[in-house]
Order: sequence, then C-alpha cells, then structure tokens
Amino acid sequence: MAGSIRIKKGKDIKLIGSSEQHLRAYSSPDVVALKPTDFVGLTPKMLLKEGAEVKAGTPVFREKKNDKILFSSPVSGEVTEIVRGAKRKILEIRILADKENRYEDYGTADPKSLSKEQVTEKMLKAGVWPLLRQRPFSTIADPFGAPRDIYISGFDSAPLAPELDFLIKGEEKEFQAGINALGRLTKGKVHLATSSQHKGHLVYSGVQGVEKTEVSGPHPAGNVSVQIHHTKPLNKGETIWYTYPQEVIIIGRLFLHGKYDARRRVAVNGSMIDKPDYQDVIGGSSLKNIVKGKIKEGRSRLISGNVLTGTQVQEDGFLGFYDSQLCAIPEGDHHKFLLTEGWLSPGLNRFSMSRSYPSWLMPGKKYDLDTNLNGEIRSFVMSGQLEKVFPFDIYPMQLIKAVMANDIDKMESMGIYEVDAEDFALCEVACTSKIDIQKVIREGMENLRMELA
Amino acid sequence: MKFLENLVIKKIRPNFTEGGKFENFYSAYDALETFMFTPDRTTRTGSHIRDAIDLKRTMMMVIVAMIPCLLFGMWNVGHFHHLSNGMPSEFWPNMLYGMIKVLPVVVVSYASGLGVEFILAVKNKHAVQEGFLVSGMLIPLIMPANIPLWMVALATIFAVLIGKEVFGGTGMNIVNVALTARAFIFFAYPTKISGDIWVTEPGIVDGYSGATALGDLALTVGKAQNLPEVTGIMSTFADGGAYSLSNSIMGIIPGSIGETSVIAILIGAAFLLWTGIGSWRIMASMFVGGFTMAWIFNMADANAFMSLPALHQLMVGGFMFGMVFMATDPVTASQTNTGKLIYGFGCGFFGIMIRVFNPAYPEGIMLGILFMNIMAPLIDHYVVAANINRRAKRLKLQTA
Repeated sequence: MAGSIRIKKGKDIKLIGSSEQHLRAYSSPDVVALKPTDFVGLTPKMLLKEGAEVKAGTPVFREKKNDKILFSSPVSGEVTEIVRGAKRKILEIRILADKENRYEDYGTADPKSLSKEQVTEKMLKAGVWPLLRQRPFSTIADPFGAPRDIYISGFDSAPLAPELDFLIKGEEKEFQAGINALGRLTKGKVHLATSSQHKGHLVYSGVQGVEKTEVSGPHPAGNVSVQIHHTKPLNKGETIWYTYPQEVIIIGRLFLHGKYDARRRVAVNGSMIDKPDYQDVIGGSSLKNIVKGKIKEGRSRLISGNVLTGTQVQEDGFLGFYDSQLCAIPEGDHHKFLLTEGWLSPGLNRFSMSRSYPSWLMPGKKYDLDTNLNGEIRSFVMSGQLEKVFPFDIYPMQLIKAVMANDIDKMESMGIYEVDAEDFALCEVACTSKIDIQKVIREGMENLRMELA
Repeated sequence: MKFLENLVIKKIRPNFTEGGKFENFYSAYDALETFMFTPDRTTRTGSHIRDAIDLKRTMMMVIVAMIPCLLFGMWNVGHFHHLSNGMPSEFWPNMLYGMIKVLPVVVVSYASGLGVEFILAVKNKHAVQEGFLVSGMLIPLIMPANIPLWMVALATIFAVLIGKEVFGGTGMNIVNVALTARAFIFFAYPTKISGDIWVTEPGIVDGYSGATALGDLALTVGKAQNLPEVTGIMSTFADGGAYSLSNSIMGIIPGSIGETSVIAILIGAAFLLWTGIGSWRIMASMFVGGFTMAWIFNMADANAFMSLPALHQLMVGGFMFGMVFMATDPVTASQTNTGKLIYGFGCGFFGIMIRVFNPAYPEGIMLGILFMNIMAPLIDHYVVAANINRRAKRLKLQTA
C-alpha cells in the first residue's frame, strides 16, 4: 500500500558545491570519537577507563538513568582520552583505531523469528539502540516504550544533501534486515517516505514490510515531522520512533553479520570544498583525513550535517553520530557595505526567500552563501514570512512566542509535540528579524521535557 | 570599500567602544555604522546560512513605494497654491514651491523621531532600531502642507515616545506610530488639521475656499438633499467638477500631502505587492470592507454624503493611503493570514462608517485603523484558538 502526500510550503535552497557521484575509497581513521553531546537529554556514565582496549561493538559508556542503553565503540583500539568541558561534562571519548577492525560477535539472527523483547535486547547489547530516536523531543527511543509507529525518512531534502542511490546501493539486503527488525518493535506500521524528485528512489522498490509514502514538494519534505504530520499527526501522549536509511543498514548489519559495523557513506561538499564527492567512513571518524587537501583557501566553516541543522566542527574534530554529510561554506565574518553587498545593493547575487532582491527573478540560480547573519537581531516585525516555509497546521510565530514566554499550556495546545527544532530551520533562514529560532525551540523543548519528566 | 571600512571601523569605532572617549554614545555610533555596513556577525547557533533580507531592506522598500506619493504631493501643493493665488500652474514652479513647503516637514519629522530614538538608545544602551525609517516618511505624507513645523515635531515626539518606545520599541507597538502622530494633532490642535487649512494662503480667488472634498461633504450632513447648498456641493463631485471621480483618482484635489493621488498610491501598492512586503490580504479586504459600507450607505441614502457613489467615496480622503501604507503595517495589523482578512475588512468598514456618520470626523479612516489596531490581537487570538480547538478535537477522537 502506498500513500502520497504533497508538501506545498517550504523552499529548496540551491547551493553550489553539490557532490559529484564519485566515491573515494574507504580509509580507516586514526582516531574516532564518541560525542555524548550528539544525543539529546543524555547524561553519560563511563563503563571503561582511559587506556582500555576495545573491539568494534564494545560498550564504552551508558545512559546514566537507563543502564540498558549502551553506546559502543565503532572501531577496535584503545580509549585514549576522555575530553571534558565545564563541570566535568564529557564532550568526547577518543579512541585510537587499529588499522584493521576486530569486532565483537553478537551472533546473527533473523529478526522475523524474534520477539520484540529479543530484538530490543540484541540492539541494546550491541550499542546500536541509539540509532533509534523518538518524537516528541528527539531523544533516544525508550526501549520500554510502545511507539505508535516507526517512521523512516528515505530521502534528504536539505541543501546539498547526499543522493540516495549512492548511500544505499549494494546494501539492500542489510536494509531489508533492518526493516524487519524495526517491524518487530511496534504494533503499528513502519513508514518509509520516498521521493521521486530525488535520484535513486528506485533503490527502495523492492523493500517489503513497510508502508510506503510518496512525498513531493520542497524541503522540509524530508523531515520526519512533516511526514508524520501529513500521514497521521502525532497527538499529545503518543510516541513515534524514527530513523534514517543508513542507520537502518547498520541495524541490519547487526542481524545479518552479527557485528556493529558503523561504516557510513558521507557526502563531502559545499562551496569551499574542492571537487565535492562521497567517502566511506566510520561513524565518529576524525575529520582530518576526510577533508585533507580538500578545503579551499580562505576563511571557511566546516559543518557536520547540513547547513541548516548541522553543528560547526573544526578540521581536527569528529563526525557527528547521526550525520551523513560534511559541508564547508565560506565564513562571512566581514562587513558588507550597504551599496555593494549590503542592504541597498542591487543584490543580483543575494539569496532571499522574499522578493526584495532581484535574484528572485532567476529561480534556478545556485548561490554561494556564507555564514553572515545579514542583519541584526530584532523583535518580530514581519508576519506571514514563517508560514510560507512551515508546512504544518501550526502557527509558527505564535508557537515561537509561546516558547519564549515559557507558557507550557500554550505550547502544548499549539502543537509543540508535533515538531522539532529542525523543522524551524527554514523559518530561521527566512526570518527578517534574525531571531535564533532553532535555539529557542530546542531550549523550550528541553524545558518542557524536564517539566514532564 | 576597504578604505571606508578602515576609516570607520578601525579609526572611529575605538572611540566609542569600551574604554574609548565616547563609550557612552556607543548606540548612536552603532546606528550609523550598521547603516553603512551590515555587521560582520556570523551565525552562532541553528542554521548556518541566512536570508539576505533584513529590516533595513524591508523599510527601504516601503520608503521607495512612498516616493510617488511624495513627489505628486509636492506638485499638488504647488498647484493649489498657485491656483488659489490666481497664478498660473506650471510643473516646475509647482514642484519648487512644493519642495520648499514639504521637505522641511520631512526633515523635522525624521529629526525629531530619530532624535528621540537615539537619545533613548544611548540612555538605555540598546541598538537604535529601524522602525522609524518608515514612520518618519509616513508622518509628513498625512499632514497638511502648511502645518506648523513645531507641531510636526511635537506630534512625532509624542508618537515615538508614547506610541512606540514605551511599549518596547520597534515591533512592540500596539497602534500605528504615524497615525498616533496624526491623532495627536487631530485631538490637540483640531483646527490645524481639518477645516480651512488645506491651501496655503487660501482664497483670494473665488472657488478655492480651502476646504477639502470631505470637509465639504461633511457640511451636507443633517441637511435635506434638495437644498441648494447641498446640491451645489454635490455638483462638485460630478464629472467636470472640482472633486470629480477622475480628479480624485489623479489626485488633483486639496488634501494632506501624500494622500490625494490614487494613482501614485497604487504605484506604491504595486511595488509593495510585487516585492511581497505589503500584505495583499489586508489591502484587498480593506477595499472590500470600505466598499461594502459605502454601498450600504448608498442604499440607505439618508443624506447627500451617503449618496456619494461607493467607488468615489473610496477615492477621496485618506482611504487609499490608509489602505496601502497604514493598515498594512505588519506590527500593528493582525499577524495570522485569516486574521488579516478580518482586520482589513474592519478597517475599511469602520473607517467609512465613522467618516460618514460623524461630520466632526471627516477623516474616519485614521480612527478606523487605530480601532482595528487595538482589535488585531483579539482577532488573532480567536484565529489561533480555532487551530487549538481543531487539535484538541483530534486528540479527543484519538483517545476516545
């Protein structure tokens, strides 16, 4: 059974520097890091000390409140350093990697023959459970919870996003095994959203055991919230689990091959990358070798993830746990004179979702956007801007104001449970008043989660 | 522009930042620096890229949209000045006279408004915000040409201080700032804003009494429609008369500086709609609302004012100007799309109602818009409540 939904609101931001379909060979990393900061609401508790030997799949730390949720090392080697920040908060756990990975053996199994508890147990022990997240709040899925459905967004609509067929080709069996495992975890359906607008969607044509939804429309059509909202909206009190194609493959590898194989294909692109392409890496890999010699001259910002929701990283940093993209764009920390580049300029090269610059007359144009704020933070002035890129039956500006006022009743009744900070990314881009909308929403949701806990 | 950047940022700025001689005046310096240069601030959290639009660009677009009204207004002031003094009306002398009369009003409006904003910004140590860029141009356009300059200054200071700053500055005001200025003069100095003040040095030539279309129409209220003075006034609205439909649309009638020419206003409206800055919902619904009320009056036909054909009713006075530039102010209008339709309708409906019913307020549009400004949050509240109820109903169905 396949449904279809059409997203009318949103915007595809066209940037230069998208990846060529060229794959660089896998090279094993020197160092890998697990970053507890990648996980919402996680308080880590170390299971090993510095100097401990690990194999790929050995648990390194666990969630403090739930000792069943384990996080495993993606490589074999030695835990070299635990980097801490203020108040001894663990920022990174660095693992020096062997040239060849040795894996913990968790045994193969056919997920279809297992019960929900057995699948859950296996995933928890191997440390692949964190690949599953839940809504609301985008925390790691609660293994004792009962999700209404499981959603997989099979395509990425963000700017410069990697193309599907390059990510999944060759691993269809693992993908199916992952789907089978997920199917055991819920009494509801496993939804898979595909989009014929993105190349390679045919890679899903053989998948069984899913409820397929064909999605058309601009970004954020690839966001899970949008897909949930337009198929079966989330009510207060319900939970949905969600994940993404490469994560499903990693889960599938556990059942098919009995090991935690954290390899993923990452798109390395952006206007500041020389010859953007794809590379196979281990999740959490250090970035030094991936971007060596590929970043162009000039001040640039390296982002793990996409330009809308990703985290800034340094060249000596590490790939985020959930990220399949590494993007480098120019750092815009220079003043823009009003007549040449600023607010009185003719602006043929300035990207805007409004029609206040003549660039809107060239719809196919690709832009080289930098990180300049392009203005200063002001209070809300314009109305109707955010609604144009927010494909939900929710009033974005009024919801943001309710979050700013920390009015919990209002937030709940206006639908905060149906969205996540990433859904406001386009709103944040479009906002004339340059308000840090994602930060506001993220902090508001954290407050709400703490209140409810 | 490297040399400019070096001059301003490297040489002048240190005087105003921490430790500099004038560090208390940082806000004032910052306003001028950010006017010349978009700052070098980069995104810190959330999205790494941002749209190129900012509030300054938005305000600039609105000012550009007002330029046709400003230019025509200057010509119009000169035109009626020359006619009322028996002098020939020619283009360049009209423009020159108009500029001499109008530009001081603009300068005073900006100077007093920005002065208040700068002083408060320096005192409270926050940035000067861009809201006044538009209000400063709107205020002169809704003033009569020979308003005393000190009155403009007083009204502007009142409007910025009490109408905006007290509530928290740009984006926080409840009522439209420019209309607050006009309302201030209307209630404090009523003889200076309506009545016999429309033409500078009125009346040495017959036929130019100095009243406006609406002023004359107001005189017809309460009198039977067949009285000679009433029919005399109404005849000026017929084709060929001084306030004919075509003259009203062209704008060659006496009135406040910017509000007479419907054509100039529509050029501005087209620009605002094309750039997406003006809300078409507010403009369209206000037109419909005003037309509806005027049509109802046509049907009622209780006096000559009501008998003025609906379209003509909308073309005289400040209706079109209010529709395009005042009601569409995004801060004071309704902020939901559905709300804007209701809000605009109310502005037009009540504006015409006040205008026709009460001869003491020939400019009912100003009051109609101010009234709807107060009502706008209520309208939004109910629109959002409908959304909330829809969600609650879905929840109830689910858990039932």
